[in-house]
Amino acid sequence: MRSWLTLAVIAPLLAALPLVGNNYALRLATTVFMYSVMAQSWNFIGGLAGYPSFATAAFFGLGAYASAILQNHGVPMVPAWACAGVAALLFAAFLGGAILHLRGHYFAIASLIVAEMLREIVNTLPDFTGGGKGMNLPLLKLSVTAQAQFFFYAMLALAVLTVATAIVLQRSKLGFGLRCIQQNESAADIIGINSYAYKTAGFCLSAVFVGVAGAIYASWVNYIDPPDVFDVLISVKPMVMVLLGGLGTIFGPPLGAVVLLLLEEVVWRNFLTMHVAALGVIIVVLVLFLPHGLLALIRERFPTKAMAN
Amino acid sequence: MTALLTLDGVSRRFGGLKAVDDVSFDVNESEIVGLIGPNGSGKTTLINLITGVHPATAGHVHFDGHDITRQRPYRIARLGLARTFQIVQPFQRMTVVDKVAAGALFCGHASDVREARAIAREHLEFTGLADMAHRPAATLTLARRKRLELAKSLAMRPRLLMLDEVNAGLNPTEIEEALAIIRKIAEQGVTIIVIEHLMKVVLSISHRLVVLHHGQLIAQGTPREVVADKRVIEAYLGAKYAAGNPGVSN
Amino acid sequence: MIYLQIAANGLVLGGLYACIAVGFSLVWGVLNVINILHGSFIVLGSYVAYFAYVHLGIHPFISIVIAGGVLYALGYLVQAGIINRVVTAPVLITLTLTFGLDLILNNAMLVAFTADYRGISLAHPLGSLEIGPVFLPGDRVAAMALAILLTILLYRLLRDSSIGRAIIAVRMDREAAALMGVDVKRIIFPISPLNGPVFLGKAFVVCVLGGLGSVPGALAGGLLLGVIESFTSYWLGPERAVTVSFALLLVLLFVRPSGLMGRRGYE
Repeated sequence: MRSWLTLAVIAPLLAALPLVGNNYALRLATTVFMYSVMAQSWNFIGGLAGYPSFATAAFFGLGAYASAILQNHGVPMVPAWACAGVAALLFAAFLGGAILHLRGHYFAIASLIVAEMLREIVNTLPDFTGGGKGMNLPLLKLSVTAQAQFFFYAMLALAVLTVATAIVLQRSKLGFGLRCIQQNESAADIIGINSYAYKTAGFCLSAVFVGVAGAIYASWVNYIDPPDVFDVLISVKPMVMVLLGGLGTIFGPPLGAVVLLLLEEVVWRNFLTMHVAALGVIIVVLVLFLPHGLLALIRERFPTKAMAN
Repeated sequence: MTALLTLDGVSRRFGGLKAVDDVSFDVNESEIVGLIGPNGSGKTTLINLITGVHPATAGHVHFDGHDITRQRPYRIARLGLARTFQIVQPFQRMTVVDKVAAGALFCGHASDVREARAIAREHLEFTGLADMAHRPAATLTLARRKRLELAKSLAMRPRLLMLDEVNAGLNPTEIEEALAIIRKIAEQGVTIIVIEHLMKVVLSISHRLVVLHHGQLIAQGTPREVVADKRVIEAYLGAKYAAGNPGVSN
Repeated sequence: MIYLQIAANGLVLGGLYACIAVGFSLVWGVLNVINILHGSFIVLGSYVAYFAYVHLGIHPFISIVIAGGVLYALGYLVQAGIINRVVTAPVLITLTLTFGLDLILNNAMLVAFTADYRGISLAHPLGSLEIGPVFLPGDRVAAMALAILLTILLYRLLRDSSIGRAIIAVRMDREAAALMGVDVKRIIFPISPLNGPVFLGKAFVVCVLGGLGSVPGALAGGLLLGVIESFTSYWLGPERAVTVSFALLLVLLFVRPSGLMGRRGYE
């Protein structure tokens, strides 16, 4: 109940932002929502099930390209986004079948390589994907401000949907089973959890919203190329955000998204050539000194009755 | 009386080592069977074979008419075969109630998490852990963690319950309490296999004993027959001297 | 006869891959830490050799000692000062940590050395080697021989010294990780900080091919990968070599995650 209430208070507040913010603020907020979707999605497989997936970039790039290709073949924008989500989901189901029997580092590496493979495939199919030259997407016939607002609301809706999914999942049999798998997979099998099916379901959930986010992103920036949408940082940032906010929590990933983006903005402005290193410093400090995330820190300071439940 | 569990020439090799070698025996409905043998005799491996953690390299396992030899562990669990863990205490970071609820949710036919937690509370009551329902499982004492394992397995509504050294490391009073709980479970009609390397613990509650040594079944029968068996005495004395551990009837 | 030449090229390349992978494999197998920094360490070693040659005129075969020492010290510092704090933490934590460290080192190298590719032209090249129909550049063969020699030395060290046995026995020894500094740099191949991830990728593939934590496994895996890449370049073109090795890796992870020579149980 508490989680739903929090969401119900925050979402309308965010939706009012275009009334007060300029285009720069909207752009930042849209990016935060996109980050939040990615972090929340990663949390489904990485936080709940404990599988360190590096496949986020694969789902993101796949969604972006699926939507771009469909739109260039005349499919309207929003249906193309939905198809991108479905494409990412199907891909995750297939991929999960292949690599979810691996554990720990082996799974991490296999998922990392998948994004590289997809990038290579896109590069080698120039007729279909534009290859290394990238792809343009149809321009929207809207004013600059209207476009900014449109993509702001699209990403916000997706972020809210992802949080809602997280809340439902947290209380569901699936979420419960994934937490058992995270703690001890063999023991989970022994108490009757079909861990393979559960992991695959978690993996699919972690793909579908990222696929849609990739599709919205592609429409938003109008142009995509392989190094941009299959960037390994797209896989790494969600992990950092979830660690920042709190592993396996509901509002940790969005909180991590906000904090990371603010840090990135500060770093970008002040250390242009060293911003990647600055991200590295953030990661190292985070892992060494704040392994349970900001949410845990906040809870330690302000314990609530909700903790007992 | 019909056999609920049948092992027929079951073997398991690890590389060149035969951890379990051509073992056959039956467990009947509502029986309490003690599975004993010195440390390293293959007891836990045998349990892993029955529950599907490792597939058998030869032989067959039947449970309630189903061939479960190559079944996946979760399917075997859903047929009504539950076990406790000897050393590993899984789901450490979960609360006590959630750990038991997991058993109820995935095997014990609870329809959702809320109902599973309600069922879990009943089993915590039964095992005397109701007070600590919201503590992390890892913070419990050894004796309570063993009872927690029991509660979790019971929540799975098993037909056959395998207890892997639930008494190891407990003091005599705690052992008496644990045995009392096991008897109560048996009274509900659950068939039980008690795995122990200490013979005395199982003598008093088992209807029948099965003895493993070096992966082979060397004797089975009533407790009275088995303690008089020459090969069993040899196996235990041998183990005793080899380990320098005067713990046979401890 | 062209196939003999391709196979020979592959073996030369594979010797280097083996050397690249062996430290990575040990850290992974022994400490259960994936050292994402590994690729950048190799690049850093290359720069040490590069500057030693350009500014001090020290031949790369000799500056191995300097590069080895510098990286040993760096590896030791990183391990003792940072990684040991989380060495027993879950995979996610150690992986993220070394990734963060890699971002720092790689970015620092990009700023310090720029992204330009640099190579050394030796003043006195070793000439070329002709064995029957097979033609090989002498410097590369010497580099490969040196790489394999160092790999074997490391193997002997692990097998015969008390530290080595401790590493193998305890599987969590600080000295072990210092070994990750002992990466032999690339010689006579162009270098750039952009190469870091490429080396890392090679190290992954070699480890999975050969099995984790085993020096002979890394050697065999490296040679095998070299030969495979050499033949794919010939048949499908050089730009396919990476794709093929990654595809191979995925297939292997699927069917035999313990490696072609590895034992089961590391998964």
